Amino acid sequence: MKLGKHLLGIEGLSKEEINLILDTAEKMREVSERPIKKVPALRGKLIVNLFFEPSTRTRSSFEIAEKRLSADTLNFSTGTSSVLKGETLLDTVLNIERMQPDAYVMRHASPGSCGFITNYIKGSVINAGDGPHEHPTQALLDALTIRQKKGGFEKLDVLICGDITHSRVVRSNIHLLKTMGANVTVSGPATMMPPYIERMGVKVETNFEKALSQKDVVMMLRIQLERQEKALFPSLKEYFLTYGLTEERLKLCDSKCIVMHPGPINRGVEISSEVADCKDSVILDQVENGVAVRMAVLYLLLGGGEDETSN
Amino acid sequence: MKLLIKNGRVIDPQNGIDETLDILVSNGKILSIDKKISVSKDVETFDASGLVVAPGFIDIHCHLREPGYERKETIESGLKAALYGGFTAVCCMANTNPVNDNAGITNFILEKAKKVSKVKVYPVGALSKGQKGEELANYAEMKEAGVWAVSDDGNPVMNTALMRHALEYAGSLGILVIDHAEDKYLSEGGCMNEGAVATRLGLRGIPSEAELIQIRRDTALSKLTNQRIHIAHVSSKYSVESIRVARKRKIMVTADITPHHFTLTEEEVKSFDTNYKMNPPLRTEEDIKALVEGLNDGTIDCIATDHAPHSYEEKMVEFDKAPNGIIGFQTAVPLAIEKLVLNDQISLKRMVDAFSSAPARIIGLENKGNLSVGSDADLTIFSLRKETLLKKEDIKSLSKNSPFIGKKIKGAVMAVVIDGNLFRLREK
Repeated sequence: MKLGKHLLGIEGLSKEEINLILDTAEKMREVSERPIKKVPALRGKLIVNLFFEPSTRTRSSFEIAEKRLSADTLNFSTGTSSVLKGETLLDTVLNIERMQPDAYVMRHASPGSCGFITNYIKGSVINAGDGPHEHPTQALLDALTIRQKKGGFEKLDVLICGDITHSRVVRSNIHLLKTMGANVTVSGPATMMPPYIERMGVKVETNFEKALSQKDVVMMLRIQLERQEKALFPSLKEYFLTYGLTEERLKLCDSKCIVMHPGPINRGVEISSEVADCKDSVILDQVENGVAVRMAVLYLLLGGGEDETSN
Repeated sequence: MKLLIKNGRVIDPQNGIDETLDILVSNGKILSIDKKISVSKDVETFDASGLVVAPGFIDIHCHLREPGYERKETIESGLKAALYGGFTAVCCMANTNPVNDNAGITNFILEKAKKVSKVKVYPVGALSKGQKGEELANYAEMKEAGVWAVSDDGNPVMNTALMRHALEYAGSLGILVIDHAEDKYLSEGGCMNEGAVATRLGLRGIPSEAELIQIRRDTALSKLTNQRIHIAHVSSKYSVESIRVARKRKIMVTADITPHHFTLTEEEVKSFDTNYKMNPPLRTEEDIKALVEGLNDGTIDCIATDHAPHSYEEKMVEFDKAPNGIIGFQTAVPLAIEKLVLNDQISLKRMVDAFSSAPARIIGLENKGNLSVGSDADLTIFSLRKETLLKKEDIKSLSKNSPFIGKKIKGAVMAVVIDGNLFRLREK
């Protein structure tokens, strides 16, 4: 079984494809535990990390994954590129294309921008976040973490809480968790709840405490401070009062509930320090799984047929 | 100079005509309309057997881009596209650079148009100076130069008092206010219809209410000032309902819809193709149904193209960064034929009315939009059977931003007559 040429989103991926990525990621984890953390799987392949938006976690995670697979990497970010001089996305891509890259890992503020460039390049495109549309590798690393802690997805009750409107993490997670058989509830202020989100197959519960009831997994989203200026909520203090995940509120969940967050966290805004650092928090496991999942995706999209995970 | 159009199915909604007739044209006017008109051999004759002959089609909403944006379109290329699309007259919006907010620009447009094309131009002036929404533009001087209506179109008027004064002042001069109804605060940052598709794609939505709220405001102002108002490119069900109610209350409101709004839905945006990005945005099947009902019962008066050329490089960008709008001259008539007439949504007579008599009434042109003896000899001759296949190289506009390129549409414009001059546009 093989994946398609690109990974533009979770929407459209089958259960089998998702399992293939997660199974491959489990194998990749082992590479990171070796004394020499490198396999030659993607030797001679050029991967361009094309980041039009700031990113620390995703970008370094991809870069480490690429290096552990022995790929050559080129880092391209808006801070240092001709985008600042007014070059269009398409022209930027057409220029890089002449350097014969095998894949692009791209982050961009505009939904659909990763799909847009696939029409003009030969290699693969991996979406590392296109506006509020999708962030597939984040959902996959979340899934790997959930699978490790919970053993599977069937009938699992998952709550995602925060700024649902502007979150790519939510959309990719909804597609993935629904495909794998979990139940998803979303919560957050009604001002950050996009219309008709229930048509994506989720339950909406704006009352956070009701939403937490009996959940197996709680995923908190980062609140971006600039949303306050857009009148979407009155103050950080008030946000924490209504939607902050505290130890007290965590008790409303299933006793074996795990706490997740795509990072970077705002302590005291969407999550209290006590919860972020508690034993049920798997936030740092998510980060660790990020490398394995990205190695798996790169390997499956670009790698050869034979088992090249041995060195 | 005489011209005989023979054996066509002549449709003149204003005079209640729908039968096979000959039309004899002389000196730019309709000389006679009858069964079997015989003329001497030297009179140019067009055999319209199997074709529909209608009063010349008038587009009350388009963008010709000149002066200022000649990279997108010139008056010459735009009018050529209009001609090939079957339009004998068009009304161009004021968002040129500089803005058409004074007689100098109006004169420039009209003189240029006269030089390059037979297609008539009826310019729409700016509602406010520079279309900035602050002060009224010079309506009287523009009217003298040839402006018949004012609008800030793409820059909707958010200042309610300014809109009131525009209606009052324009009304006193016999100028119509055309309203691009959109609450800019509610639509801010939006690039498609607000709904399940926008939510899935992560694109900011524009709710139908952004249009509805301004239609309610502006029909209220129309009543307050006792002046006419025209709502441009109505896109949603709620808007149609609101206009219907306003008309019942005898408010003097007229309205148009565009071919893309009655043909396409928000589903198309899933491709992230920027040729599906317009303002107002493409909505839903339910909205299309309401637009067509409105067209049928007269709530909506006419069909306008909102022909909006944008250059290749402007549209070849990320969806949310792309400019709004598509070209529409060369697809409007076939789309109306296929989607409305052949689909049994509206009668052929109503379609002809929506393209000719209705816009002529709104503009106030008594000698156009009908085939009365003595009226201007402007005719649009089209086939209900022939297909239009829009190829890129057939597009007369400088810009090629159309989602219909490569698509076959039933119905085709065959010829156009303007002031008695025959333009054969394609072989039978």
